[in-house]
Amino acid sequence: MTTTKNWPLWEVFVRSKNGLEHRHFGSLHAADADMALENARDVYTRRNEGVSIWVVESKNITASNPEHNGEMFEPAKDKVYRHPTFYELPDEVKYM
Amino acid sequence: MSEEQIRNLEKQFEERIARDEKIEPKDWMPEKYRQTHIRQMSQHAHSEVVGMLPEGNWITRAPSLRRKVALLAKVQDEAGHGLYLYSATETLGISREEMYEQLHTGKAKYSSIFNYPTITWADIGAIGWLVDGAAIINQVPLCSTSFGPYARAMVRVCKEESFHQRQGYEIMIKLSSGTPEQKEMAQDALNRWWWPSLMMLGPTDAESVHTEQSMKWKLKRKSNDELRQQFIDQTVPQADLIGLTIPDPDLKWNEERGSYDFGEIDWDEFWQVVKGHGPMNKERMKARVGAWERGEWVRDAAMAHAEKKAERKEKEAV
Ligand SMILES: [Fe+2]
Ligand SMILES: [Fe+2]
Repeated sequence: MTTTKNWPLWEVFVRSKNGLEHRHFGSLHAADADMALENARDVYTRRNEGVSIWVVESKNITASNPEHNGEMFEPAKDKVYRHPTFYELPDEVKYM
Repeated sequence: MSEEQIRNLEKQFEERIARDEKIEPKDWMPEKYRQTHIRQMSQHAHSEVVGMLPEGNWITRAPSLRRKVALLAKVQDEAGHGLYLYSATETLGISREEMYEQLHTGKAKYSSIFNYPTITWADIGAIGWLVDGAAIINQVPLCSTSFGPYARAMVRVCKEESFHQRQGYEIMIKLSSGTPEQKEMAQDALNRWWWPSLMMLGPTDAESVHTEQSMKWKLKRKSNDELRQQFIDQTVPQADLIGLTIPDPDLKWNEERGSYDFGEIDWDEFWQVVKGHGPMNKERMKARVGAWERGEWVRDAAMAHAEKKAERKEKEAV
């Protein structure tokens, strides 16, 4: 088993129907983008699960680190004033 | 990290799982959790892949076009299941090549059921009905397991399995309502696949080593014996319905338990097959490793072509 170079890993995003966003479906190995698209069709959309596929080589994705979730996401937690319920209105006000 | 810190992290980790939170690949996890998942998920993937071999044996000899397209689609699904599971396992930091290596050298196991031969067309019916039936019982609880990528892969797999079982049972219906020879063929397949299918649900609880930890991590929701009982209780009436006899003289409805009592399983046979002495162990590995080796030049050529194309594109851009 001495394959010269292994096929890289690709992430697959599928739009299940128009009007919906592309969603991450999984990953696969392929030599290039064209092959990744074809393989993605066979692996992830055998039963009409999609109308559009994106593939991106996994190494090109930059991900946040869950260990830094504190400084990354906690600042949003105490900003209650970003939510409508923060604002006090008299009961008589309708449609707001 | 100090021991104290690790113990703390482990405690928080277990609490997250107990709260039904999912664990994602980049989250901190105990080394044992990572290793256990790599082992179970890769063995699951290997089983899907090796599982294509016994059925692939009949694709060219399916008795009609209807049966052929169904079997082809089923086997293709199993390839897909293998691929979902391999890529989910890769998120834990093991490469595809390492997993293949483990399979090909015999270091990793796959489900022992696939080491039995498919000698008649009825075996294709029995596999769909019984083997996929038992697989569904094993897999449904995994749709809510704690490791996110595994759970997501299993949701996809479970959606596809029900067609597998139905196409198998349909083959059995057809054969058992056919000529006496056809019915006999169906009965013979049931005779040969029944006990291995029961074994497929794993050793008895008394002998099962990983159960407690697996329950905690939601790799298991029910014990092997409970799953086996569930399988028997739902399958016996299906056999009755099409006039086939379960090959177990001790099988009897137990009114009190609301379940079937059943005969002793030959666990020696199970362990023999697990250890590599089943009727088809050598043959399966030979076919699998052979396919991998014969495909090497194709993989290399595709990679070389892709690199050349990328180079050309780069030059044109300059
Ligand atoms: Fe499967
Ligand atoms: Fe299946």
